Amino acid sequence: MNKTVQNLRVLSNIQLNRDHHLLELQAPVKLEQIAPGQFVNVRVDKSQSTFLRRPFSIYDVNYEKNTISLFIKDVGPGSHVLTSTPEDEEVDVVFPLGNGFSFPKNNERVLLVGGGFGIAPLLFFAKELKKRNLTAEIHSLVGARTADDLMQLDSFSLYGQVYTTSEDGTHGVKGRVTDHPVLRDNLQDFDRVYTCGPEPMMKAVAAKAAAADVFCEVSLENMMACGFGVCLCCVTDTTSGHQCVCTDGPVFNIKDLKW
Amino acid sequence: MVDLRVKIGNLDLKNPVMTASGTFGYGLEFEDFFDLNRLGGFVVKGTTLHARQGNPYPRMAETPSGMLNAVGLQNGGVKHFADNIYPKLVKFQTNILVNVSGSTVEEYVECAELINELEHIPGIELNISCPNVKEGGMTFGTSCPSAEAVVRAVRQVYNKHLMVKLSPNVTAIDEIARAVEAVGADSVSLINTLLAMAIDAEKRKPLLSTITGGLSGPAVKPVALRMVWQVAQAVKIPVVGMGGIMNAADAIEFILAGASAVQVGTAGFIDPLAPVKIVDGIEDYLKRHKIESVTDLIGSLQM
Repeated sequence: MNKTVQNLRVLSNIQLNRDHHLLELQAPVKLEQIAPGQFVNVRVDKSQSTFLRRPFSIYDVNYEKNTISLFIKDVGPGSHVLTSTPEDEEVDVVFPLGNGFSFPKNNERVLLVGGGFGIAPLLFFAKELKKRNLTAEIHSLVGARTADDLMQLDSFSLYGQVYTTSEDGTHGVKGRVTDHPVLRDNLQDFDRVYTCGPEPMMKAVAAKAAAADVFCEVSLENMMACGFGVCLCCVTDTTSGHQCVCTDGPVFNIKDLKW
Repeated sequence: MVDLRVKIGNLDLKNPVMTASGTFGYGLEFEDFFDLNRLGGFVVKGTTLHARQGNPYPRMAETPSGMLNAVGLQNGGVKHFADNIYPKLVKFQTNILVNVSGSTVEEYVECAELINELEHIPGIELNISCPNVKEGGMTFGTSCPSAEAVVRAVRQVYNKHLMVKLSPNVTAIDEIARAVEAVGADSVSLINTLLAMAIDAEKRKPLLSTITGGLSGPAVKPVALRMVWQVAQAVKIPVVGMGGIMNAADAIEFILAGASAVQVGTAGFIDPLAPVKIVDGIEDYLKRHKIESVTDLIGSLQM
């Protein structure tokens, strides 16, 4: 759908663990097709220290209820404005922004690699893959610091095999996602890898994918002011020069990035 | 009915609200949000003779009531603009100005000459105030002789509206304004961003790759207002005011201080609809105060 700025009503704000929230926001307009990987830019300027909007990946879209869900980690004053917004209040949102993940071809085997709250766009992507009846096999590898931070595993398991890693060994393989055999040894089994999470993790995943010559897309999260390509602040280095993460991304094929 | 029309030299604006260069892309990026014809005009992003990649990331830092940027005039160059962007802009019924920058006087001149050929561009905004480039930019706008030199040279080759965008990073902005007026500027716009800095105390590092950048947003508004007022006293050519305008009340303040028109910049990042809300808000203000024409407000500060 076209970019729009709307007041969305908080339908629910559920705290998932000590610092993660799931917000469901209802739009006053009929939502048209939104692609997994697209994002929203939310106004949080309730204090002078949070002047700019904050971008968040879209976690889910419900076209019947006309809602957009966001999976938010309370990491600072900006995200805190959102995690502390009660039900029925409105938030000012610019959406949908950026480009989504590219869809695999039939029968391709897909590996989703999520770290921390980077799982947000991947779960939406998995759901859309299933909905579109792309017969691709979906495997998900989710990593976090500790078992408590590994969230929404049940949702991932709706779409296929789920693997986990935790840095403290409290869930799945001890270590980081790149320590998991599926990424370390068996990447050749997959046709496509999609990843979202902290940049060092994505870079490590991208390096594995490049070494195995497997298609890989990453979802970047640079600091931005506008979200729609006019401030030119969120650039990343690509083979065709500086490109905006907001409008040329946030999803990039690793072949186009100078990583 | 109230009359929102203003004149900036030979430019007729349907209302006094323009958008500021570097915050509005080529205008097309805002088309999903509102009809660009509702604006008095818009200034497309800083254009240089040759394509520029701009500065490395990070180029932006959030600061109290504002932000720093250090984009560094990233653009595809004037030929790219003329061939690929300009054809998409000719459909608009509003004043489209191109912000022109360069590293040398010759680059400014050559760039202006090429834009002079574009029928639907009624003016340029000469950027002698960009704080984020190593050569040129602000260095031209911080002394009277260098400001005069570049404006005089461009005036020789450019025969449409020549607006000159002034830097606030000077001791006496009114003297620079007088200097560019004397060599043929048709109007001045001010202020560009304030040279500024932000530091991450925990990491003991600057937040911008370039260490310093330009401050914009409400944080700069009182400085901008003061400078617009000073310059409006000093010159006879029209003054276009900008700096932290977030709403119609801010815009009215600049007009009272002597601005014939305003430019809205950073506000568009926070609310893409800010420019048109400001148009509507100025209309409401005039009705509320029973003022027939916005021109009656220009410089009408009561002391």
